[in-house]
Amino acid sequence: MDTTETIIFVSIFALAALLIALPRMLSRRERRRRDAVAGGESVTDADAEPVVSAVTEVPDADGPGPRRLRARIGKSRAPFVGLRGRLKARQLDDEAWDDLEETLLLADVGVTTAALLLDGVRDRARAQGLSQADGLPALLQAEIAGQLEDHGDRALRLDAGRPNAWILVGVNGVGKTTTAAKLATRELARGHSVLFAAADTFRAAAADQLAVWGARIGVDVIRGQEGGDPGAVAFDAVQAAGARGIDLVLVDTAGRLHTKVNLMEELKKISRVVERTPGALREVLLVLDATTGQNGLAQAREFAAAVGVTGVVLTKLDGSAKGGVVLAIESELGVPVKLVGVGETDEDLVDFDPAEFAAALVG
Amino acid sequence: MFDALADRFDGIFRRLRTRGKLTPSDVEEVAREIRIALLEADVNVRVVKSFIARVKERATGAEVAQSLGPAQQVIKIVQEELVTTLGGATGKLKMASRPPTVIVLAGLQGSGKTTAAAKLARLLEHDQGKRALLVAADLQRPAAVEQLRVLGERIGVPVYSEATDPIAVARGGVREAERLGRNVVIIDTAGRLQVDEEMMGELTRVCDAVQPDDALLVVDAMTGQEAVAIAEVFGENVQLTGVVLTKLDGDARGGAALSVKEVTGLPILFAGVGEKLEDFEAFHPDRMASRILGMGDVLTLIEKAEVAFDAQEAAKAQERLAKGQFTLEDFLDQMRQMKKMGPLSSIVGMLPGMPKELRQAEIDDGELGRVEAIICSMTPAERRDPSKINGSRRLRIANGSGTSTQQVNALLKQFKMIQQMMKSMSKPGKRGKKGRMQLPPGMDPGALGGLPGIPGT
Repeated sequence: MDTTETIIFVSIFALAALLIALPRMLSRRERRRRDAVAGGESVTDADAEPVVSAVTEVPDADGPGPRRLRARIGKSRAPFVGLRGRLKARQLDDEAWDDLEETLLLADVGVTTAALLLDGVRDRARAQGLSQADGLPALLQAEIAGQLEDHGDRALRLDAGRPNAWILVGVNGVGKTTTAAKLATRELARGHSVLFAAADTFRAAAADQLAVWGARIGVDVIRGQEGGDPGAVAFDAVQAAGARGIDLVLVDTAGRLHTKVNLMEELKKISRVVERTPGALREVLLVLDATTGQNGLAQAREFAAAVGVTGVVLTKLDGSAKGGVVLAIESELGVPVKLVGVGETDEDLVDFDPAEFAAALVG
Repeated sequence: MFDALADRFDGIFRRLRTRGKLTPSDVEEVAREIRIALLEADVNVRVVKSFIARVKERATGAEVAQSLGPAQQVIKIVQEELVTTLGGATGKLKMASRPPTVIVLAGLQGSGKTTAAAKLARLLEHDQGKRALLVAADLQRPAAVEQLRVLGERIGVPVYSEATDPIAVARGGVREAERLGRNVVIIDTAGRLQVDEEMMGELTRVCDAVQPDDALLVVDAMTGQEAVAIAEVFGENVQLTGVVLTKLDGDARGGAALSVKEVTGLPILFAGVGEKLEDFEAFHPDRMASRILGMGDVLTLIEKAEVAFDAQEAAKAQERLAKGQFTLEDFLDQMRQMKKMGPLSSIVGMLPGMPKELRQAEIDDGELGRVEAIICSMTPAERRDPSKINGSRRLRIANGSGTSTQQVNALLKQFKMIQQMMKSMSKPGKRGKKGRMQLPPGMDPGALGGLPGIPGT
């Protein structure tokens, strides 16, 4: 067979096989969608290691809170540092607008959201009769902050005195395990008792990683067997929290790409299992890496559809990435960013503050 | 992978093809659409800028004006520019003339270094007959060493580590490889942000200490605009030789990683394409470019087909197919061979001109097993001549295969239609080059997710 023939031949078979099997697959998918009780398979994925770095850094003198966010993001505003400078003493011409757009795109804001923001800035500029370009950054900042402020409640829900479960979900390598440790430290400091559920039973040594953190900060870990059922681990942990009178269960799940249907089903099962204790499931937090580009929106969409994400944790914001994709996530899906990770120590998790974020974005 | 980008280009080109003449504003519009497509795929803003400038310049130049079909010419220009941007020959690891070859993996936290290290070790041992040693020099992340140990055990590759510091571990790893006679050393380092000068300094010292033959940057395919900055800073600190692209099995468009190649010139050597340790392969930029342009990945397809299919038998089956004598038996044989080429979804991704409904359909190979079971439950005579299957035979087949008579019926009905379709497809003379195959009458297009028609190959 020559090559053309090979191609034709293989194509025909692939097509034939597909055409024969596809209607059946589709109907099966329909069926599966209908009975939402579908069980979770025990496969999980791993293509990356979640991030964690040891406590090597002495916390800044800035102290906690929003001020700290600005200081931490501040050191890495690379693409934005030049914006105000570049726009100084310039006419408000097309080039200035292009410059502004490029700045937004470089921050991973995305074409659509960038266009929306620029429209808003244009309106503001017109209303103010702006003629110089150096007024633009301030307007942009106001526009971003204004948009973010529409998206409501960024507080984490927890009623002390009964088990509250927060589930951490996300793709591989975004920092779910580290975020669990940081969240635990934060809640311990607020006087809550915490329990870890090591529901990442897939990645080699993931439970060990959580256990190391647990030992470091004094939090017990409920774990299952490697390759075991993550739902069972979550269930046990919530039960244990009830019995021991613990306030907060942090469920660390395995990283999974949002395109893997069976893994998303597994996630649904974990959340269903937690919900078996009525009122226990308080937060489903999507952990998102700030270096993620436009794919972040697809991630948020799929996770939200599967498990009803209640908030986003934006990690690794201490690099030079801006995490601009969260703007699209908030405006399209209405899921608020609740926390940002700005450093490597277990204390570097701070509340998200729209105004500060906007300021850091615009530079 | 890269399906979304492929779809965008498909749409842009399709609209372009309907035009006879091109006004400057048409070119402008195409340029704008391409710009958006690339930006949404996370291609770096600056790479997009220069790309668009090049396309515009060529599209308004003499090259296009003098050609007979300007639209066609513009498509050609865009394709050529894309291939240059993404393209280039497949890169290879530099193997040391005197073993062991030392490979260092570096990257941000969570990019997939530890998994990539194990996958690379497996690939080198399995495909190239190397003897690898994994070195766990990530002493930062809790249990990272343990993770590599577990993975090493799974693939049967020894893992070296010691509780000292990364530089000592790396040195010790190379010594250990010499002692054990392993000819490749793969060093997994801790994840670090490129803005962390202290950690970047440590990476430089690790590389100074072991003088790696290959220093690979591990990049998450989902990375956004930041990718270029990451590659530049890592490149300033370490003499990088290539890139490993991970998590390509999602719906990431990987534009950022491809920009890395354009900006830094670093070739993408490997790609992680799944959860399992085998899901790791050499990256062919030229093939990827043609995939993005909707031209399929014919080369990989042929390579896989050559391994999977028995050439003589396939030729015979093909002959029967052309004559319309293709039976369920042939179908079963060929389907089994095709299964060896990997999951159906990956084959579909490589086929040229596949409609996006098919490429994006969630294809479950398990269903093929059921089709197989139904055919296996038929007698040879039934397989050759399905028309003799009556009510009682149908029931027997359904019972034998654990399905229902409706399912058997559906299979038979579809096979009949496919038979006709294949007959017309495999007749070279009657297949117009641009002709689009229509679905056979009676086939419900809705069942195929609004499939408009299958293009002829």
